[in-house]
Amino acid sequence: MRILKTALLALLASAAVFAVNLAYAADAPAPAQTPVNWHAVIMFLIFVSITLGITYWAATRTKTATDFYAAGRGITGLQNGLAIAGDYMSAASFLGIAALVYYNGFYGLIFSVGWLVGWPIILFLIAERLRNLGKFTYADVASFRLQQGPVRTMAAIGSLIVVIWYLIGQAVGAGQLLHTLVPQMSYRLSIVVVGTLIIIYVTFGGMKATTWVQIIKAGLLLGGATLIALGVMAHESFSFEKLFSDAVNIHPKHIEIMKSVVPIGAKANPIESISLGLTLMFGTAGLPHILMRFFTVTNAKAARKSVLYGTCFIGYFYILTFIIGFGAIVLVANNPQYVVDVSKSILDLKGGGSMPAVYLAHAIGGDFFLGFIAAVAFATILAVVSGLTLAGASALSHDIYANVIMKGKATEKQEVWVSKMCVIGLGIIAVLLGIAFEKQNVAYIVALTFSIAACANFPILVMSVFWGGLTTRGAVAGGYTGIFGSIGLLIIGPTVWTKVLNMGPAIFPYDFPTFFVLPAVLIVAWVVSVTDSSESANKERAAFDAQKVRSETGLGAEAAAAH
Amino acid sequence: MSELSVSSNIQRNPKYLELVARRGRLAWTLSAIVCVIFYGFILMIAFTPGILTEPIAAGSVIPMGLPLGVGVIVVCCLLTGVYVYEANQVFDPMFEEIVKDASK
Repeated sequence: MRILKTALLALLASAAVFAVNLAYAADAPAPAQTPVNWHAVIMFLIFVSITLGITYWAATRTKTATDFYAAGRGITGLQNGLAIAGDYMSAASFLGIAALVYYNGFYGLIFSVGWLVGWPIILFLIAERLRNLGKFTYADVASFRLQQGPVRTMAAIGSLIVVIWYLIGQAVGAGQLLHTLVPQMSYRLSIVVVGTLIIIYVTFGGMKATTWVQIIKAGLLLGGATLIALGVMAHESFSFEKLFSDAVNIHPKHIEIMKSVVPIGAKANPIESISLGLTLMFGTAGLPHILMRFFTVTNAKAARKSVLYGTCFIGYFYILTFIIGFGAIVLVANNPQYVVDVSKSILDLKGGGSMPAVYLAHAIGGDFFLGFIAAVAFATILAVVSGLTLAGASALSHDIYANVIMKGKATEKQEVWVSKMCVIGLGIIAVLLGIAFEKQNVAYIVALTFSIAACANFPILVMSVFWGGLTTRGAVAGGYTGIFGSIGLLIIGPTVWTKVLNMGPAIFPYDFPTFFVLPAVLIVAWVVSVTDSSESANKERAAFDAQKVRSETGLGAEAAAAH
Repeated sequence: MSELSVSSNIQRNPKYLELVARRGRLAWTLSAIVCVIFYGFILMIAFTPGILTEPIAAGSVIPMGLPLGVGVIVVCCLLTGVYVYEANQVFDPMFEEIVKDASK
């Protein structure tokens, strides 16, 4: 406890130093001419102090491994629903979908829809079964009746690739956002601040602190987005017809923005569209930090309810981002205050492509509201990064260390200690990679993480739960087909091969490989399983009936902690 | 009674098998509906974009795709509600009954 107090004091002290530095920077003439946005800084500091307070509270109540990984399984359906929404509504989806709509119009809606339709599938097929079968990670479920070593290793590799790349995307986004809003703060310092905060949240407060950070952030983000959308609609006399026709008049592509079923300028391609749909839908159902949330609730009933709440919050939020994107066309485009050079392009914004939602907040509510939304966007990144770090650390400590290396003989204390070390390690890795990737093109990150989640994590999880014939060999062969198939096709695809590596026309013509890899994974897992006549395979098939009773009825499922 | 023997009691209970099949049918049917709606939307984008880009009324700039897309989101929320209601209110009490019987 004393370490925690010291750490918190140290952090508060450094926050104070940081604020003082900012004040000096504001007085100094160069390098930044822009005044400090004090509203943003103060609201950000308030958020940080509240979340650190919660971390302190959570730390005093985090004693066992179940507390650390699964918040003692005491989270209610509504709380988990908000936390799910918090985990899922990343800054990328808030700023990203609004920006997609701002540049491409209607096209952005396809992403909103695609990112939502995974949720009903999660509810119908996996949420309650995860809760009934698993302990801390989705690998618990995939390896329930299979050999622990090979299946957990495969699942942990899949989880870690997703987590680390997702982390890079979030870290780069955080650095750019903070640096744009508070130019006195360098990109590197922004990332170091994010890394330090999440290490403190997760190592001390575990899943309890992470969950509450998510809940607060989800509330702020939903509230903030509602206010922006209301501001837009008030400006447009609460008429959608007026909003859309004003946007059509202002946008340089005019009516094209209402007809854009593909990005403006791109050619329609059926296979690419279907592949994108598959990736968004099943990728959601294979994200390790999302799946982990189902172990925090009291029982299967609460797991189901949490998906219902989560889906409604996320759906509502996506409809708002669509209004926000169109509102930005009306209020932000063509405004010399936000646009780099109105005589060249009325769309190109100062500070880059993810700024439409942020500037819209300013256009509606001035500096104060800009500060609020900036602080919310930053809180969003902190919360999502915390969830990801905890998911990555649990794959390393619970799957690799406790079950593969120690073969289940590690004590709870050792396991939690290892995962705290992994949190620190992952936090440092995220900071270093975030700095290394500052100037890199990270456009492929969404495709990469969602493809691996959709092609490796999701199909193996579903097969292990529903198909008694799946054997260890089948699961491992299928899982690696998904991981390496996605990575391979992404590397030789247009985003990486042509745009990142500059190697000329891509060998594989599609951005999203799921259309080809997902069926391949199912076929490989099936063929390898049915041809597996080993004795262990027979035992694994025989163990399915008992697994099914537990997954369907919750008999023997991990109970909620007593305190 | 040990968990293992409770489990094997449940496996032999025909009511358990029937309930699992019924809830499974509900879950897979709803999944199929979501997939048909969503991939219907995606296939329209791919093959008949003209329908989606048609204005909802003469003189309006709003394309058909917009209410349809928002409709997909709303239907998804409603279907999750249907499943949660059925599973929590109808199926759970029956499953609890079966586990209780098997534990006797």
